[in-house]
Order: sequence, then C-alpha cells, then structure tokens
Amino acid sequence: MQRDALSQAQLAGERLYHFHGGLRLRHNKKISCETPVEKLPLATRYFVPLLQHTGREAEPLVAAGQKILKGEQLGCFRHLGSDCVHAPTSGTVTAIANHPISHPSGAEGRCIVIKPDGLDEWQTLDANEDWEQASPATLREIIGRSGIVGLGGAVFPTGYKVRQASERGIHTLILNGSECEPYISCDEMLMREQPDSIILGARILQKAVGANRTVIAIEDQMGVVYTALSEAVKNSGASGIDIVKVTTIYPEGGEKQLIKVLTGLEVPSGGRPTDLGLLCQNVATATAVARAVVEGKPLIERTVTVTGNGVRKPRNLLAQIGTPISNLIDQCGGYAPGAVRLILGGPMMGYALSSDSNPVIKAANCILVLTEDDIRPPQPEMPCIRCGECARVCPALLLPQSLNWSVRSGLWDDARDFGLSDCIECGCCDFVCPSHIPLVDWFRFGKSELKLLGLERDTAEAARQRFEARETRLERLKQERKQRIEEKKRALRNDSEKQKKIAAAIERARSRQGKDS
Amino acid sequence: MSRSFETGGAPHFPPHSTVSRVMLQVIAALVPAIAAHAWFFGPGILVQIALAAGFAVGFEALMLKIRKQAMHLFLGDFSAVLTGVLFALCIPPLAPWWIALVGMLFAIVIAKHLYGGLGHNLFNPAMVGYVVVLISFPQAMTAWLPPSSIAPNSLDLGDVLITIFSGQLPAGLTWDAITEATPLDSIRTSVASGRMISEARQSPVFGDFGGLGWEWIANWCALGGLWLLWRRIITWHVPVTMIGSVLALGLITWLVDPGSNPAPLQHVFSGALLIGAFFIATDPVSGCASNRGRLIFGLGVGVITLVIRRWGGYPDGVAFAVLLMNMAAPLIDRYTRPRIFGQ
Repeated sequence: MQRDALSQAQLAGERLYHFHGGLRLRHNKKISCETPVEKLPLATRYFVPLLQHTGREAEPLVAAGQKILKGEQLGCFRHLGSDCVHAPTSGTVTAIANHPISHPSGAEGRCIVIKPDGLDEWQTLDANEDWEQASPATLREIIGRSGIVGLGGAVFPTGYKVRQASERGIHTLILNGSECEPYISCDEMLMREQPDSIILGARILQKAVGANRTVIAIEDQMGVVYTALSEAVKNSGASGIDIVKVTTIYPEGGEKQLIKVLTGLEVPSGGRPTDLGLLCQNVATATAVARAVVEGKPLIERTVTVTGNGVRKPRNLLAQIGTPISNLIDQCGGYAPGAVRLILGGPMMGYALSSDSNPVIKAANCILVLTEDDIRPPQPEMPCIRCGECARVCPALLLPQSLNWSVRSGLWDDARDFGLSDCIECGCCDFVCPSHIPLVDWFRFGKSELKLLGLERDTAEAARQRFEARETRLERLKQERKQRIEEKKRALRNDSEKQKKIAAAIERARSRQGKDS
Repeated sequence: MSRSFETGGAPHFPPHSTVSRVMLQVIAALVPAIAAHAWFFGPGILVQIALAAGFAVGFEALMLKIRKQAMHLFLGDFSAVLTGVLFALCIPPLAPWWIALVGMLFAIVIAKHLYGGLGHNLFNPAMVGYVVVLISFPQAMTAWLPPSSIAPNSLDLGDVLITIFSGQLPAGLTWDAITEATPLDSIRTSVASGRMISEARQSPVFGDFGGLGWEWIANWCALGGLWLLWRRIITWHVPVTMIGSVLALGLITWLVDPGSNPAPLQHVFSGALLIGAFFIATDPVSGCASNRGRLIFGLGVGVITLVIRRWGGYPDGVAFAVLLMNMAAPLIDRYTRPRIFGQ
C-alpha cells in the first residue's frame, strides 16, 4: 500500500468527498419511525434456514425430536467464510426439512423447524461483563462462534472478517449507519434506541481488530441519532469515536461508496477495505457483537422494518430469526388493501418473495409491501438507445450499456475488461433505464458465467499443469536412468583395477575354454 | 394463513422514464424552432413535417411487420416521428412530396431497420435520409425561400400544398422569382467569385449574426436544446465542443482572412449548426457513449463542418460531419472508456 494512501485513510471522516453517480431518492422512512421498536411475541413455529450467510450451508447439529434451549447451536460450517445458526427460542426440533428460505432465487433450502415450548429459556450463557480484560483473540473467538454476519444485508460472517482484518492490520473501524435505501429504518431506530449498545460494540470491535479509531457514519437527516450517539460516546468515556453525517445519496451505504466519501480513496478493484487499513461494519452488527461478548448471546434476533403502502401500520419490530414473515405482517395490522408485492430488503436491491410463509433471516433488514402504484407494471423491454443515463448514475464508474451488450452476446473477455466484477448490483442503472432493461439481472448472470468460466479455466489449467509436470517428471527419470548407465559404463572404463580384473577374468575364461576344447 | 404474491425484478419503483417519453421531449423541444420556421418561411415546414413523419411511421410499420417485431410497442416509441421531424427541418419548405418519401425510405428502411432497428443504427437516420436526397436531387434541395418579410411573393397554405404535391408553382410565379440563395450559399458563391464577405452581407437575406430568420430558428433550437439539457435528455459535452470548435476555427480563419471568411458567430447562427449541436449530434444511438467520447465527437463534428463550409463542395456540412463522426464513434468509445472505480 502506498504510504500517502494509508495516511489519507487514517483521516477518515475529517473531510467528506463525493462518489460518482448515485440517485437521490425519496426517503419514505418516516412512516415506519413513528412508534418505538416492538418485540414480536413467540410464534407457533420457527423455520431456521441453515444457509443465512455467504459461503456454504451449515451442517445440522441437532436431530428431529431433540429438545433445544434458546441460543443453542443448530448447525455450523465454519470454513470457507461460512457460519453457524442458533436456536431462536427453546422448544423441540420437529423436523429438518426443505422450506422456502427467502433467497433471491426463490429456491427452498434446509431449515430446522422448531416448535417452541413457550418458556423461551436460554442455554447457560457465557457472559463477559469484564470484556476489557479479555484478549483480542478471545474477543474474535467469541464473535466467531456467535453466528454474527453483516446485518446490512451482505451477511458476510463477521468472525471471519474480523479475523482477516486483524491479520492485515486495521487502523480505523467504520460503522455504517447510513441505510440510504428508501423505506428502511431499522438501523436508524436501533441507533436512536440503543446508542449505548452500538458504542459498546464499536469499542469491542475496535479492540478485537486492534484499530485505534472508530468513525460512525450516519445520514445527514438523522438529527436525533446524532445527539443520541454523541451522548452515548460521552457516557462510555471512550476516546477516538467520531460521528460523521454524510449526505443521503443512494448507494452511499455501500461499503466502497462510504469509504470513498469518508476518505476520498477507492478500495482497489478486487480488493477489500482492509487494503486501506479499514474495517467496515454495519451498526446493527456492532450491537450483535456487544450482545455476544458481554451477555454471551448469539445472533438470534434482529430489528426488521415492516413498511410500505401495503401494510396497515408500518413500524420496526424486533423479530426472532426463523419467524414466518406473516407473523410480522399481523403484528403491523395486516395487509392494506391493494398489497401486491412482498419484498425482502429495500426497493432498490430487495427481492420479491412469492409467499409470506418465508422466514425472517439474518439478512432481513426490511419487509416491504407495495401496492400497484408503487411498482412498475410488467412491461416488455425495449432495445437500448444508448442514452447513457446508466453510466451517469453508476457508482462503480462502469458503462452498463456496453456491459449489457457484452454479457448478452456472451463476449466474456469484453465483459471482464468492462469491469463486470466491479458492479455492486445497486440497481441505479435499472432505475433510470428508459428501455426498462433488467441490467442488474443480466450482470448477475454474467458474473456467475464468469465465475464458472474461471472455474473451468482453473480446472483446465490445473490439468494442463499436472500433465506437463508428469511429462517433465518422466523425461527427467528417463534422462537420469540414461545418465546412470552412462556413468556406470564410464566408471567401469576408468577403473583400471577393475578393467584388469575383467581382462584377467576374460583371459581365464578363454584359457579354460581352450583347455576344454 | 400464508398469502402468495406475484414476484418481479428490482427496482420496485414506478418507471422513472420511458423511451417514448424521451423521444416526445425531444420533439417538444423542437416546437419553438418549428414555429419560428413557419413564421419566417411560411406553412411549408408544417406540411413537410406531416409528410415526413407520416412516411416515417409508414415505413416503420412496414419494417416492423416484415421483421415480426411488436408493432404497438415500437410505433409508440415516437422515434420514427422524431426522425421525420428532424428531416423535415433540413429540407426546403417547398420541396416536392417525394423528397420526404425517398428520404424516409433511406432513413427508416435502410439506415434504421436494416441495421437492426431502434438502438442499433450506426448512422443517424434523419441525416442519412437528408444526405441521400441532397446528393440525388440537388435542384429540389436548393429551392430555398427568403424570409417572408423580404419575400416579394408570399404563398398561403393552398399554394404551398399545390406546389409540394404537383411540383408546379401557382400560376404567375416562377422558381427564380420566389427562391433565394441561403446566407451560407451566398457567402460561398460570392467568395468563389472573388467578392468580399462584407459585400455579400449587404444582401437582405442576412440578419444580425446569421441569416435573417435563420438566426431566430437557430436561437429557438438552442433554447429547446437548453431545455433538453435541463431535463437531462442530453449532456453538455457535444454542444459545447461542437459550437466551441466552430467558434475557435471560425475565429482563426476570420482573423487570418476576414475578407473571405465569415465571422465566427455567423457560422454558429447559420445553417444547421445549432439544431445539429443540440438535436442531431447528441443522438445517443449513433453518437459516443462516454462523456470524454462525446467531447471528441462534438469536436470532430464542429471541425469537419467548418472544413466543409470553408473548403468543401457544400455550403453547409453538418450532416456530412455527423455521419463521418458516426463512423468514428465506436472507435472513440473504445479509447475513451471511463476509469472503473478502484482501478
């Protein structure tokens, strides 16, 4: 890393920068911020998907019929950036069965089905009230086993991220409190209601990765939040925690965009924020860390915004992971007339669900219900007229229209050159496209094709290397054998003593032959 | 009870814009210039627009049928209408009806649909149509009228219709009596015959900067263009470099030899320069995609236009310049790709 880039990164938040493109969207957040966060009552069934993180599905650790306590580990796969899932309440595992898992593909996945016993009884908790005495390694270990993933929506396992970060060396922790997608207000409500928990989480994360500073980025319109967090920082007595207001432009909550705004630096293409000595975490993730370390509670619940014109009483709920979405809707007064679309996430990056029997997952920051007027009617796609609006709004500085061409024509080398893998799938191009081309869908498809091609190429390359290695090895053995024989012959020739002996032997044999005949 | 929902792709928002809305806004931005044209040169332009747009839509429908495309979807995008309007603004108001027919045949059938239809044309269809008729029918294409304020004979709508459809002028009129060289043309001929620009400018067809009447059409074009800029239908890059390069080169030639070169502002307010800068060279389909590319594209159109006006065989060169730069656009795009975030 360049020295000046590092020193500039260390000044994160001192002054603010701009990122290219983006959209100013109507916030629509107020409607869900009027009432405090409500805790959802116990459901009659929980469906806890084994895949709620990047990487691979967790392996179940329980069996059907088994009694479990709240917080018990249900499944785990702790390699390759994967993670664990825990029991949202106490009860009985009734089945491990396929169920819709609220995945963009609409596919089903294995879920642990739990029938609660109504006691909501915790397992023995390994609390660390005096976390300040614990070593960074211990903190990282606790975070790693608590099933915490990035709660902003990326669901990258936090334990893994923190471990990598501490190895790379981090100077500044960035807590992302700028939600930027319209409608979603769960982070805002969390910062309003639990600022102490966020600051506590920040201090723990800071210690776990060895950072000396924390910058909490919030949206400029969150006045109440700023006061609450400042108060919490003062109460905690911690130093080195700054709160910075950033302008609300979508997708500023994106990790790379936020870092650009705070430091003026761009995370290198294909790189990670750790390359700049930065670690970015969502504010909700910070509270999950605080709860895991101080109270010993794994991640089994999260704040979910339930909002949109399609619900009667929009609000934020504290929901157990695995709760069917229909329970959340009921808590909000049910569907309003005209509800036609159920979305997990925000209107820009969220995906439509086909049923409200899907469970709340760790990625579920928002359940958005929209009416006919809020969505685009299904309409045929027009050809691209190259108007360039997509390039104007693209925060990754790509030319989506050119990418569209290359992906649809299967020109994968072009697609790679045009930066397909740098697309952050924010959907700004989709939003402005007058031809209504589903650009991001194409780009996702293109990315998976590139990945597949890469895998195929890697396999082919590995096979080629194996073949070549074998060829050289055989060739080498052949040469060696040849050389050994040569050497033996030469040695025999040079060894006069032996030569004499051989000559004598031949002589003897001849004379014997002579005698015999 | 669980409830089922229809799914659909993100973004979950009402449409922000549509192709037809874009095209309609461009057409709307041309309305002031069309009104000015009708004011100065009579109702001929309105007839030509009706003809060209009608032929354009007809050919579009025919091609869509042959190519088995969704008829209502593509006819409703107004792109063919826009091509017709732009073409009509380029031809003389009394041009015979088959000029529009031939122009639109080449514009819609060949330049647009044989290249793949909307969004796939390499060349600007309106300019292809215009250049074809300009080269093929020079006589019909040079029968320009003087502004009505200095015209000895004014034609009403009936006369115009008769002229356009029969090719014959109303009784008692001759082409020589009613037509007049355009300002750019008179500059060209006077310079060719060794006279000074200042002498040529004595002609009543000249106004303050460009031609009488023409400069007002140009003004309204620019105003419509500024509205498109404000509506973010176009970007500033092409107009700025196109007008800027004409001003700069025009200034140089004028300073070197003011006797045989018009003043730079004369260039800007004459001919098709402003309509070209805001409405034709900004065509996204046949232009450049990146902003840097657009700067180069506009520069190229400006320079080539001036070179043709000064040294070429035609009084105006905007159409040729646009077509030449259309050819270069893919190459320019290749070398002006923006830097990707983080690279």
